Amino acid sequence: MANNNKWVISGAPHVHGPESVTKIMWGVVIALIPAFLVSFYFFGLRALLVTFVTVVSCLFFEVLINALFFKRPGTLRDGSAMITGLLLALNLPAGIPLWMAAVGALIAIGIGKWAYGGLGSNPFNPALVGRVFLLISFPVAMTTWTLPRPLFGGGFLADAVTGPTPLAIAKEGLKAGQSVGDVMSQLPAYSDLFFGNMAGSIGEISAIALLIGGIYMLCRKIITWHIPVAFLGSAFVFAGILWCCAPDKFMDPVFHLLTGGMMLGAIFMATDMVTSPMTCGGKLIFGCGCGVLTILIRTFGAYPEGVSFAILIMNAFVPLINRACKPERFALAK
Amino acid sequence: MKTFSIGGVHPHDQKLNTEAPAKVLPLPKQVCVMVSQHLGAPSQPIVAKGDKVKVGTVLTQNDAFLSAVVHSPVSGTVNKIADIPDASNYPKPAIFIDVEGDEWEESIDRSPEIKREITLDGPAIIQRVKEMGIVGMGGACFPTHVKLMPPKDAKAEFLLLNGVECEPYLTCDNRLMLDHAEEIMIGATALMKALNVSQTIIGIEANKPAAIKHMTEVAAGFAGIKVQPLKMKYPQGAEKQLIKALTGRAVPSGKLPINVGCVVDNVATCYAVYQAVQKNMPLVQRMVTVTGPEVPEPTNFWARFGTPVSEFIAAVGGLPENTGKVISGGPMMGKALCSDEASSVKGMSGILILPEKQAHRREVYPCIRCGKCVEACPMGLEPYLIASSAAVKDFGLTEKARVMDCIECGCCQFTCPSNRPLLDCLKIGKATVGKIIRARNAK
Repeated sequence: MANNNKWVISGAPHVHGPESVTKIMWGVVIALIPAFLVSFYFFGLRALLVTFVTVVSCLFFEVLINALFFKRPGTLRDGSAMITGLLLALNLPAGIPLWMAAVGALIAIGIGKWAYGGLGSNPFNPALVGRVFLLISFPVAMTTWTLPRPLFGGGFLADAVTGPTPLAIAKEGLKAGQSVGDVMSQLPAYSDLFFGNMAGSIGEISAIALLIGGIYMLCRKIITWHIPVAFLGSAFVFAGILWCCAPDKFMDPVFHLLTGGMMLGAIFMATDMVTSPMTCGGKLIFGCGCGVLTILIRTFGAYPEGVSFAILIMNAFVPLINRACKPERFALAK
Repeated sequence: MKTFSIGGVHPHDQKLNTEAPAKVLPLPKQVCVMVSQHLGAPSQPIVAKGDKVKVGTVLTQNDAFLSAVVHSPVSGTVNKIADIPDASNYPKPAIFIDVEGDEWEESIDRSPEIKREITLDGPAIIQRVKEMGIVGMGGACFPTHVKLMPPKDAKAEFLLLNGVECEPYLTCDNRLMLDHAEEIMIGATALMKALNVSQTIIGIEANKPAAIKHMTEVAAGFAGIKVQPLKMKYPQGAEKQLIKALTGRAVPSGKLPINVGCVVDNVATCYAVYQAVQKNMPLVQRMVTVTGPEVPEPTNFWARFGTPVSEFIAAVGGLPENTGKVISGGPMMGKALCSDEASSVKGMSGILILPEKQAHRREVYPCIRCGKCVEACPMGLEPYLIASSAAVKDFGLTEKARVMDCIECGCCQFTCPSNRPLLDCLKIGKATVGKIIRARNAK
C-alpha cells in the first residue's frame, strides 16, 4: 500500500527499442566522416571552414526562429539542424563566400524547414532548398569550383585554383559539338573520379567515401537499400539506354554514376527520412524517379547537374506515393 | 526455423531465473474473486454474504453463449460482494471470501496420478470445459468451450497450441511445459477429440530449448501431436501471427482462426482442460511469473485466483526500493497497476516489477516519417497514419486505414525513434471506430 501513489501509470508497451532520433542523427554524422576527410584532403581547411559556417548558422537560425516565432527555446537536441548544416556544406563549392553559405543556412532552416512547421513537417529536403536557392541567386559563385589539390602534394596554403567539374566539361563539350571521345580526353581518369580527385562541391567528389558512409548507415539500419539502389540503378539503366542508342552523343552510364552529386544525392540526400516515402515500394518508385530525372536534366536540360532538382521534384510527389504504395497487408478480407 | 512473415520486433527476452522450480503461493487471509474473468457477457454472483464455500464451489452464473463461470478458489465464508478496481483501474464487482482452511469439493480428483485414458466423448468434453470455467489463459480470456463449437459452415483441421511466450520476462508457460508436459499432451488429446481433428502443432520459440526438447520427447508418445520450434520474434504469440508461422495460413481481416481451419489455445489453457476433463477440477489457480530486473529471485508461483498482488510481491521479498512501475502481464501488452490491491485473475500471467529508471516513457520528438512503424507492424498497417488521424479525430480516415485490424501488440511504439505514443492513439482510434461501426450496423 505504501508505494501505491508513486507507481507510474502508462499504457503499453512498457519497454522501448534501442532506436532514438538522437542515435539516428549522430549515425548520419558518423557516416559523413569519410566524405569530410576526403574533402579536407582535396580542398584543405577551406572545406572545413565552409562546413563550420553552415553548421553554426543552421544552429543559430534554428534557435533564433524558435525564439522569435514560437517563443520557446530551440530544438537543437534532436540534432536535425546540425545535419542540415552538414548536408548543406556538402552541397556547396569549397570556394563559396562564407556569407553566402550563411544565407544558404538561413533559407534551409527558415524556408526549407520552419516555414512548414519544423522537423517532420517539411516536404522538401531543407539542405537542398538552401543549395538550390543559392544556385539560382548566385550562379557564378555556386559554379566556381575549386580544383582538388591533395593535402600532401604541397601548396596547402597557396591560392586555390578553380576549374570546371567533369559534368560541366561534358555539357559544354557536347554542346559545342565535340564527340564523346574528345570530351573523355579532357576528363580525369575514372579511378580519380572514384576516389574524388575532381572539381566539385565539398561532399560529392569521392564516390568511395560516400559508399562507405552509405554502407555504415545500411548496417545501422538508418537507411534501407531501396532508395540508393533504385536511384543509382535507374540512372545507370537510363543513361545506359541513351549511351547504347548513340554512344558518341551521350556520356556512358559509369561516368554519370561517378560524377556530380549522384552518390551524395542517392545515399545522403534522397534518403532523408522526412522527405522520402514510408514503404519499401514507395521508396523504389521515389528512387527511380530521382534517377531518371537526374539523367534527363543532365543530358537534355540547361544545367550540367540535376541531382538536387530531381530530388526536390520527387519530394513533391512523396505524399502521392505514400497514398499509392501501401504496405503488404497481413491478409485481406476475401 | 519458421516464423510469421510481415513485421515484428526483437525486444530483449529477459527470461530471468528460468531454472528455478515453481513454488506454491501460500493461501492469503482473504481472496477477492472478480465476478467476470472472461471476454463476453458479464456474469452474476449466485452466493451471498455469509455463505460457506469450498474450493470449486460455483460462485457465478451466466446464461449467455459467450461467457464463463467462476469457481471459488478457496474454502471459507463470503465476506462481502463489492466493487474493487481491476487491473485497468475500473471498479468491477468482486466476491470477497475469508479463507478458512483448504477444503475442496468432493467431486474433484486431487490425486497426483496422471490419468491418461480419456473416457468422455466430444460433447461431454465441451460441456465439462464449460462447467469448469476454462478461458484462454494467454491473456484474452476468451471462453474455451466457445472455440470448441465452431459454426456449422467451418471445419477445424488443426489444433494449434501456443507455447510461444513471446512477451519478454514471462516464464510461466515455459515452466508449465517443463513440469507438466504430459498433462498438456493429454489436454490436447481431449481438445482434439472434442474438435474432431487429428493434428496438433505446438509452437515454441527458440529461446526455450529445454521446453522444446522435453515437449518433443513427450509428444512422441501421443498420436497427431508435434512440436514446432519457432524463430524468436515478437508478437509470435498473437493468434494470427502464430497461425501464419505454424501453418502458413493467413486469417483474413475480420475473420476468426476457424475460418482457416485452426483453433488456437494456450498451453496453460490446455493444462487447465486436462485438469477439468480428467480430474473434474475447475479453473481455480494458475501459474504466475513474478519478475523484474531488480527482483532478487524471480519465481513462478502456483496461485489461487483472487490473491491480491501484494501477496505475490511479499512472496518475492517485497518491492525493491526503487520500484517505479508494477505491471500485470508482460512489458509489451501488460497493464500498469495503480495499486497492489488488484487481485489475480484467470488471464494474469505475470507481475512485472520495473525500477524507477525503466518506468517512465521517453521524451517525445516530432514524427520524422522514418517508416519504422510501418516496417514493424505485423498486420501491415501504417501506424503513423492511423495514430495521427485518430489524434485529430478524423475517424473516417482512421477506419479507412484499417484500424480494426490492429492487434494492439505495440511493435510500432516499441520501435518508434521519436518515442511517439502510437499505441495510445491506435487504441483510442480502434475503440471509437468500433463504436461508429456498431452504431452504423445497428441502423
